[in-house]
Amino acid sequence: MSQATLRVQKISGHAGSVPGEDTQRGLTVCKLIDTTTCIGCKACEVACMEWNDLPFGETVFGNTYQTMPETRWNYWNLILFNEHETEDGTLMWLMRKNQCMHCAEPGCLAACPADGAIVQYTNGIVDFQQANCIGCGYCITGCPFDIPKLNPKTKRMFKCTLCTDRVSEGLEPACIKSCPTGCLHFGSKEDMLDLAGKRAKQLRDHSNFPHAGVYDPPGVGGTGVIYVLHDATKPEIYGGLPSDPHVPWTVKMWKGPLKWLGNVAMVGGLIGLFVHYLRYGPKAHEGDDINPGGAKT
Amino acid sequence: MSQSEQIFPHGHVLRYTFKERLTHWVAAAAYIYLLMTGLAFWSPWLFWVAVILGGAPVSRMLHPWAGLIFFGAVWNMYVMWAPQMKQTDNDRAWWKAVRYYSTNQDDKMPPAGRYNAGQKFLFWGFFWASAALLLTGLILWFPEYIPWNLRFLRYVAVLIHPAAALFTIGLFMIHLYMGLFAERGAFGSVIRGDVSIAFAKRYHPGWYKEIVGESSPPRK
Repeated sequence: MSQATLRVQKISGHAGSVPGEDTQRGLTVCKLIDTTTCIGCKACEVACMEWNDLPFGETVFGNTYQTMPETRWNYWNLILFNEHETEDGTLMWLMRKNQCMHCAEPGCLAACPADGAIVQYTNGIVDFQQANCIGCGYCITGCPFDIPKLNPKTKRMFKCTLCTDRVSEGLEPACIKSCPTGCLHFGSKEDMLDLAGKRAKQLRDHSNFPHAGVYDPPGVGGTGVIYVLHDATKPEIYGGLPSDPHVPWTVKMWKGPLKWLGNVAMVGGLIGLFVHYLRYGPKAHEGDDINPGGAKT
Repeated sequence: MSQSEQIFPHGHVLRYTFKERLTHWVAAAAYIYLLMTGLAFWSPWLFWVAVILGGAPVSRMLHPWAGLIFFGAVWNMYVMWAPQMKQTDNDRAWWKAVRYYSTNQDDKMPPAGRYNAGQKFLFWGFFWASAALLLTGLILWFPEYIPWNLRFLRYVAVLIHPAAALFTIGLFMIHLYMGLFAERGAFGSVIRGDVSIAFAKRYHPGWYKEIVGESSPPRK
């Protein structure tokens, strides 16, 4: 993959056409996370911090491995540790690497009012352009995964870039590079779905996980990050992974019908008032000493 | 309603006190800034408005503060005017006859007081919309502090805030139309404070009787 993958196919808050839309044959890239082989080593977290030169934030200690409670503006990649009790009373330790899902239909981008602050490249990567960001935080509202985070000092939003800089040079993202167990894979969406499907089938057929499956939620058009889950029927047990994520309907209403109706009403109102004035004019002229009924005082 | 320190031309009466006029213009200045920056965030076609106002990050920073100023002014209006804005039977008759009002047949209208029913609607419309804009605006000011399990607040805010704003834009357009174009003399009254007696008699006969009754002999 070349830098041509950085052509843009969607732009937030943009009037007019999008330069890179339908200009490329290239593949959609995808990260595959196999939660069944993750050992929670946090190598991906370190690799992310290192490659992206992110400043360190304070950690917490609450007698768990969860020393970082959630992703932050400077912490884009986080393994969520979940102790899960199964129906037969045994304990499962579910670990899920959490980061931006790079939705095909990104809610952040739909909600963003700033021209060019959020873009989606033709390879599917959703990227924030901090130079264009205005810090309004609408992307927080649009995102069904709670990913965009505000830098309180610069008032700009940050999140995982899927290592756009590496991917555009033909490298895999830093997290993928660092994974010691091979639970992280990177390639075309097609290849990753194939690989994930095979792994899920293997889990169902040979490892006593009858509900094993692939997480690629259709509500957001599919994602550029997909999971293999032991139990795809209950993604919530993996640290609150939503089972059917959607861009909030109020965001769709606001950016769809309300915008349409509002614009028609505003323009229609201006035209209506202008025509009213042409037809009826002022009620009376200043200085006219006319009483109601037109009688002179 | 005396304001002896201010000099009006012959045949003119005080309609808006200095405090009323000042409050109006504080609200107006804040509203126009809110409208321009709000429209910039509303549509990509109008994003340039935020750019000429100092850049969109500046607009994003100042829009909430302008909102607080606006609400402060609206609240002051509530304190000053709410008792005068109560709906009366006369107002209901006014709405029934509104088609005469909108076609400049004011002689067929029931006599309005200091504020006619349309002005009262404008007042209450702005008041309640401003309250909705304030509440949803506070959420949109600090969306990052809304916890994930209360995210519905953000979802509600992004829909109610623009809907309420659009409602005020409708009111604002009619307000400008009436004040600048339809009722000659109205714009001057909110600048200088006075209207001609003819204006008072024509548009607010009830109010005219009131002030004439108060001052004897009537001002010329």
